[in-house]
Amino acid sequence: MSGLNMDTVKAKNGINWLKYASPKTFYPLAGRLIPWFSAGAFLLIAYGLYLGLLVAPTDFQQGEGYRIIFVHVPAAWFSMFLYLLMAGYAVLGLVLNAKLSYMMAKAIAPTGAMFTLAALVTGSFWGKPMWGAWWVWDARLTSELILLFLYIGYFSLQSAIDDTNRADKASAILAIVGAINVPIIYFSVKWWNTLHQGASVSLTKAPAMAAIMLQGMLVMALGFWLYSVAVIFARVRCEILERDNKAALLRQEI
Amino acid sequence: MYWHSFQEFIAMGGYGFYVWSSFGITFLAMMIELWALKKRRQRIAKMSNEGTI
Amino acid sequence: MASIQQGSRLSTFAVLYRILARDILVAMRRQSDVAAVFFFFVIAASLFPLGSGADPKLLSSMAPSVLWVTALLSCMLSLSRLFASDFSDGTLEQMLISSQPLILVVLAKTFAHWILSGLPLVIIAPFIGLQFNLASESLQVLALSLFIGTLALSLIGSVGAALTLGLRGAGVLIAILVLPLYIPVLVFGAGAVTATTIGMSPQGALSLLGAILALSLVFAPLAASIALKIALE
Repeated sequence: MSGLNMDTVKAKNGINWLKYASPKTFYPLAGRLIPWFSAGAFLLIAYGLYLGLLVAPTDFQQGEGYRIIFVHVPAAWFSMFLYLLMAGYAVLGLVLNAKLSYMMAKAIAPTGAMFTLAALVTGSFWGKPMWGAWWVWDARLTSELILLFLYIGYFSLQSAIDDTNRADKASAILAIVGAINVPIIYFSVKWWNTLHQGASVSLTKAPAMAAIMLQGMLVMALGFWLYSVAVIFARVRCEILERDNKAALLRQEI
Repeated sequence: MYWHSFQEFIAMGGYGFYVWSSFGITFLAMMIELWALKKRRQRIAKMSNEGTI
Repeated sequence: MASIQQGSRLSTFAVLYRILARDILVAMRRQSDVAAVFFFFVIAASLFPLGSGADPKLLSSMAPSVLWVTALLSCMLSLSRLFASDFSDGTLEQMLISSQPLILVVLAKTFAHWILSGLPLVIIAPFIGLQFNLASESLQVLALSLFIGTLALSLIGSVGAALTLGLRGAGVLIAILVLPLYIPVLVFGAGAVTATTIGMSPQGALSLLGAILALSLVFAPLAASIALKIALE
């Protein structure tokens, strides 16, 4: 952090945030936080499952099958949110030239992709009994599919570039370009749906929500969020160690 | 509690296969993610011990 | 001839023109590359009827999609060459160091790519459309949508080409990166033609296509030049 004196920053703010922008100091902090986030995730997901599977009443139109929304919708939300978060860290990395930001972006991607897959699969299992087909090209599922392609692009680019520096920055650009495209893609898929099917059909439309159903979904979503943070912190710690080892190895060779 | 019996709970009004598959696969995906992370951590520890990468 | 007082600072337009002309000249020397895009389109488009049977109604209903996807893929195939040849002989690095803004260079090269890969498709596609039993109104919309759309495709594609510069397997990698980003262009481009075939006005789709072109014009050269700098540092 050139030009910035750690002590003056600390004196001004009380908390020295900049300190944690360094991988070395972030590592133990993340390590201390992971157990808390994990425990929270476990409790919230358990409570959410309780609400969704045991307490919530049946749906008038869709019967018990609607309960899939308690995993499908939070997974879909997070597949999207994590991609935007990834792009946010990409921007931060490019603007601040901070290694940790790039590492966070890289650590977020697998979890985001996992939720995207979960959203697609649960969407399929929801669609089959409701609409008779394992896959239907409705706007939501199709957009989810394209989001998966964006994640795949990100992984592919990362693994194709050997130089860590270039890989970080190039995938950052890709993430940002992808994020800008997400609303455009979503809009175009909705338009496409309307053109080819007449009325805008939403396969995975959530039923009219009783309060308890919404509550269950939100609790699950919160649980997924805490889970994501724990996993991403754990992954970024791995990334920090791997890069540290790699650097040490290069120093040895020199 | 909404259900009157355990059988009802499992059957999920006829949608049992779909509901349980959905929850099961999501849960499985999360477990696989955690397992992969664990494997990665073990690999790092092993390499650090051996002194190589 | 610029006088010594004027120095070597050429006008923006002159720079664009020079790079454009150079790229086209270089490509013309290797005519097979240019022709390849053309031939790919013609051959690939004819694969679809061979794969599905030649019922005229079926063909005309799948024509917008087939022709647009094939055009999109043809455009994409030549993307890896956009910066590669200048990269391999060091010209690209010189362009980076020179006083001309990299964005202009990227814009000029992208435009050259479009003239070589996109424009030929705009010309030939209506003829192939005849093979698919499309009405003349639809053929016109096809040409127009391709005219606007392939320009956007070249712009968006330039970002992919810049990101993958010099990487092994760049060809397939570009496809993975760029095809999802191509989807809105495809939706509106093919959608315009489909709308025409079912008697609706293509105006909405074409306007949206134009909007995407405008956005690409603003953002793509910027993203591509940043990506080039990353690739070259």
